Amino acid sequence: MTTSPHTYADKAAEAAVRATPEPLARRVRALSDKAIAWLFIAPTIALLLAINIFPLFWAIYLSFTNYRANRPNAEVKNVGLGNYSRVLNDPDIWASMQTTAHFVFWTILLQTVIGFALAYLIDRKFRGHAFWTTLILIPMMLSPAVVGNFWRFLYEPQIGLFAYAVSFLTGIPTSEIQMLGSVSLAPWAIIIVDTWMWTPYVMLICLAGLRSIPDYIYEAAEVDRASNWRQFWSITVPMALPFIMLAVLFRGIENFKMFDMVNLLTGGGPGSTTEVASIALKRDAFEAWATGRSSAFAIVLFVAVFGLANIYVKALNRVKQR
Amino acid sequence: MSSANTAHSVVEPSARSKRIAATLVILYAVITMIPLVWIFLTSIKSPPDSISYPPKILFTPSLEGYCNLFTTRTRQTPEYIASLPPPEGMCDAVTRERNMVIAGPSNFLPRFTNSLIIAFGSTFLAVGFGTLAAYGFSRFKVPLADDLLFFILSTRMMPPIAVAIPIYLMYRQLGLSDTALGMMLLYTAVNVSLAVWLLKGFIDEIPREYEEAAMIDGYSRLQAFRKVVLPQATTGIAATAIFCLIFAWNEYAFASLLTSGSAQTAPPFIPTIIGEGGQDWPAVAAGTTIFLVPILVFTILLRKQLLRGITFGAVRK
Repeated sequence: MTTSPHTYADKAAEAAVRATPEPLARRVRALSDKAIAWLFIAPTIALLLAINIFPLFWAIYLSFTNYRANRPNAEVKNVGLGNYSRVLNDPDIWASMQTTAHFVFWTILLQTVIGFALAYLIDRKFRGHAFWTTLILIPMMLSPAVVGNFWRFLYEPQIGLFAYAVSFLTGIPTSEIQMLGSVSLAPWAIIIVDTWMWTPYVMLICLAGLRSIPDYIYEAAEVDRASNWRQFWSITVPMALPFIMLAVLFRGIENFKMFDMVNLLTGGGPGSTTEVASIALKRDAFEAWATGRSSAFAIVLFVAVFGLANIYVKALNRVKQR
Repeated sequence: MSSANTAHSVVEPSARSKRIAATLVILYAVITMIPLVWIFLTSIKSPPDSISYPPKILFTPSLEGYCNLFTTRTRQTPEYIASLPPPEGMCDAVTRERNMVIAGPSNFLPRFTNSLIIAFGSTFLAVGFGTLAAYGFSRFKVPLADDLLFFILSTRMMPPIAVAIPIYLMYRQLGLSDTALGMMLLYTAVNVSLAVWLLKGFIDEIPREYEEAAMIDGYSRLQAFRKVVLPQATTGIAATAIFCLIFAWNEYAFASLLTSGSAQTAPPFIPTIIGEGGQDWPAVAAGTTIFLVPILVFTILLRKQLLRGITFGAVRK
């Protein structure tokens, strides 16, 4: 379309005004397109201002004070950047960041490898693949909190199905399979549940990537007698890469924020071995009631997600343009 | 793509590779279903069966979990129970076999109702606001539209706990803590970003010419929106609504921090179901089953739109 749609729409509106009886024409003139645009967008913006932006600015303000939500009447003092320097120098907070990084790294690695492999297999288009794909997708739609809670039962060393199955397969006595109670196993317990839940998510996006590759490219490669192995690495993987990267972005953001499943499975324990950033933040804000300091921590987290996501999106766009 | 088209194509996978692929995918699907099947099986086990070792696969089904989910019970002496009139209904009988009597209804039903009210209310608002805003962004030149859209999306990147701190303080001031209205507004704000992005994609796909033709025929812009755009966008609006519903239904972080009593939803409630001497797993499993069934149905209904929903419309197939 070469003519700008807006001038075209304006002309159409004018034509409508001329062609319609007076009361209707007045209504049309009364609400110009610009007025309608703002009228339509205003409720959303107002809601976001009230429930996202105003609280965000409040949190920024609080992050410079010593306010404590459990003592609303105490004097509020400005502490400058004190909260930020305490957050950034706090070894416990760095430990929670490291726990988060470990969690994000392993979940993304496992989900990408398994998810891509599954997508590749489903793309072989065997009979009944649509049915099995739908079945595989179910876990990711369920509530991480409610299902995560039930995994506590599966992980029970004496009565749980998981410990029984592992013991049955490996011969390790169930009393040694303390998935939630052992310092070395608990981080893996949350990685397993997250991988179980979200591998289908990566699979679904990868499948879209694989299906976006036109057949003629493979046909051309066949003509050139490229081996299957060669086709996989020089056609399939590079062409699906933007999709894989998108899946990694979404999973990365989600798992950086991870709270519900971990809170119910381990609550951050044993000790603080699974205390990811959101759990540490919740303990600081709603158990220690250090509202000012936890606000500073929250802002640091938000800036980190936002900054990392932005850098990543730039890289993603570069891959897409290639 | 029809299979007839590709049947003789060089890229059609061989029968052997199809068989291998099918075996592996079915194996994965079966393993991944085990925890869900186990939830259902546990919900129809009696408490002793649920905690036996090795885990029981064959057992006599019992609805005790469902009875315990909906009731609170107190322990009584066998003499007292013998003195009672005959039990009314199955739950009464099952409870008396454990030397207990039903003391009253549990909190599950009110919590479940809260989930329904808050999820449906916030979905209705988010989709309503989202449709209007999406149409605005799709059809009109809005100054700074890209920045506004990105800002709307970025509200989803904040960790929920980080958002919860100031919301907690604000709601305390406004008297919205632990109210269904407060939760509804919060979920609307979170969902509206998803709704705007998804719906903008759906509305972008409806040709402008339809409305323009209608407006030349004498419709006003608003009439054209109502009578031409909305009917065309029905599928998109329905899919978006289901995504918003699922988010609000599943949400736990805000609910656990901002509600404690009258407005508590099911996700923070279900893990707190305890019986005598610890977690009452059949009752938890029963609550989990009831809670998951609607989502299961929606997932199957949505499977064609799923990809678009989970990527904010970034991937459309």
